[in-house]
Amino acid sequence: MDWYASLSIIAVGALVAASAGMVGCFLVLRRLALLGDAISHAVLPGIALAFLLTGSRGTLIMVLGAGALGILTTFLVQSLQRAGVQEDAGIGVSFTALFAIGVVLVSLFAGKVDLDLDCVLYGEIAYTPWDTLVVGGINLGPESVWIMGGIFLLVVAVIGAFYKELKICAFDPAMAAAVGINVALVHYLLMGLVSVTTVGAFESVGAILVVAMMIVPAATAYLLTERLGTMLVLAAAQGVVSAVLGYFVARHFDSSIAAAMTTVSGALFTLAFLFAPRTGVVARALAHRGLRQESARGLRV
Amino acid sequence: MAEYPLEVRDLTVAYHRKPVVQSVNLTLPEGQLVGVVGPNGAGKSTMLKAILGLVPAAAGEVRVFGRPYAAQRSLVGYVPQRGSVDWDFPTDALDVVLMGRYGRLGWFRRPGAKDRELAMECLRQVGMADFANRQISQLSGGQQQRVFLARALAQDARLYFMDEPFAGVDAATEKAIVSLLGALKERGKTVVVVHHDLQTVKEYFDWLVLLNMRLIAFGPTEEVFTAENLQKAYGGRLTQFGAGAAAVLAAAKEA
Repeated sequence: MDWYASLSIIAVGALVAASAGMVGCFLVLRRLALLGDAISHAVLPGIALAFLLTGSRGTLIMVLGAGALGILTTFLVQSLQRAGVQEDAGIGVSFTALFAIGVVLVSLFAGKVDLDLDCVLYGEIAYTPWDTLVVGGINLGPESVWIMGGIFLLVVAVIGAFYKELKICAFDPAMAAAVGINVALVHYLLMGLVSVTTVGAFESVGAILVVAMMIVPAATAYLLTERLGTMLVLAAAQGVVSAVLGYFVARHFDSSIAAAMTTVSGALFTLAFLFAPRTGVVARALAHRGLRQESARGLRV
Repeated sequence: MAEYPLEVRDLTVAYHRKPVVQSVNLTLPEGQLVGVVGPNGAGKSTMLKAILGLVPAAAGEVRVFGRPYAAQRSLVGYVPQRGSVDWDFPTDALDVVLMGRYGRLGWFRRPGAKDRELAMECLRQVGMADFANRQISQLSGGQQQRVFLARALAQDARLYFMDEPFAGVDAATEKAIVSLLGALKERGKTVVVVHHDLQTVKEYFDWLVLLNMRLIAFGPTEEVFTAENLQKAYGGRLTQFGAGAAAVLAAAKEA
């Protein structure tokens, strides 16, 4: 494989991972990791419907279809919860039902359409270099890089513009509501970002691994810092490192690229879990040993 | 016509059709420290949350300085129960206090140098200036409570609601809260405090709201804090408190 192909695959992987990692920070902090999982699956019928209705695989249409379903999922989960269904049960019911509808739609029309279920579930980042964006006869390079680049910028812009609202709604939603911040609107905004990131990542890494890309970098960053701003940067960085290393691991073992990226991400999380400066397993064990020795010395004196 | 800091008319809150707060009517005078007292499950916190629009009211009307609450948010400061948030959140004490400014800033504006200065001043007032850059999970329960109070101060309100600020705090924090309440009163603020310790009621509050789902009594503490009213609010439960409650009742009788 030449440099052009490698670079475009790494670029897409890194952009997906960085966008998902930043959005994931807010999911992890609000203990909504499961809702991210739900939305990433529930957008499938939106994508299928958008495709069936317009016959186009145009990205904007896909993003709109997925966005609509993401919002619908959020709405369903909240309505069920308000009607007395437990939140996790509500999430489980909504997303599995929507995902199943999506699978039915895709398999029903699979003959007519170029939507492949394997591709939806696992993505195919290896095709990235050959789906190029051509505008006015000029080849602008891989389309996915442009799409994910746009989504990355959108994620950065939205988090930048609504940083303090996202923060206070994650930390203390009651206080946020009391001072007049529209907590529901901020919630839908975040879920909108989750949906858009998911659909962008769909083609490259698929519905299953995008969940890993949302949660694992954020969970890693959470262990390493005590500042929200730093956490966002670390999560994005963890995603990028996973994408780059994962690519070379996949080349070496000739394995699935997206899976290798996720595996590296999981390995990085494990490292942080064991060796994080204050919260890590090793650091805590050492601190406890220190305390024991101190008290033992105290007894001898 | 005088504008009262808080007027509550016929406030009723229900969970699953079961009333938790029923037909409460209140009119609070300005510049007083008001304690809200009643047995566990009496709906004290729920009433507070309904006043602030955080739980839907089944019926009733709330006016703050003569207008509906939604139009007067900037005049109201709120201290939620300490346990209502995740103290492992990646942020420091100063940043939490700065959140008190968010309501005034509105969309898109970030807190600036002036807001930071004000937030530092608020931390100083609760004796927490040295902990400004401390991660909030590393603070003790009492210190966390003081950070919450500083955040309410940063809201720069005229009417404050505090939900159990004295719950599970150390003696130093209790003292800090009491002196803060005094300072707020001196500045003419009205403070409504959900409280659970009958022994300190007379010492801390000018006015009292005695609640047990319904409003049992409200008015100046010396008038409301009577054995008869307490018996009405707590019923048989008061005797379960044993000697402490007996002392309180005795104190109430003397008054």
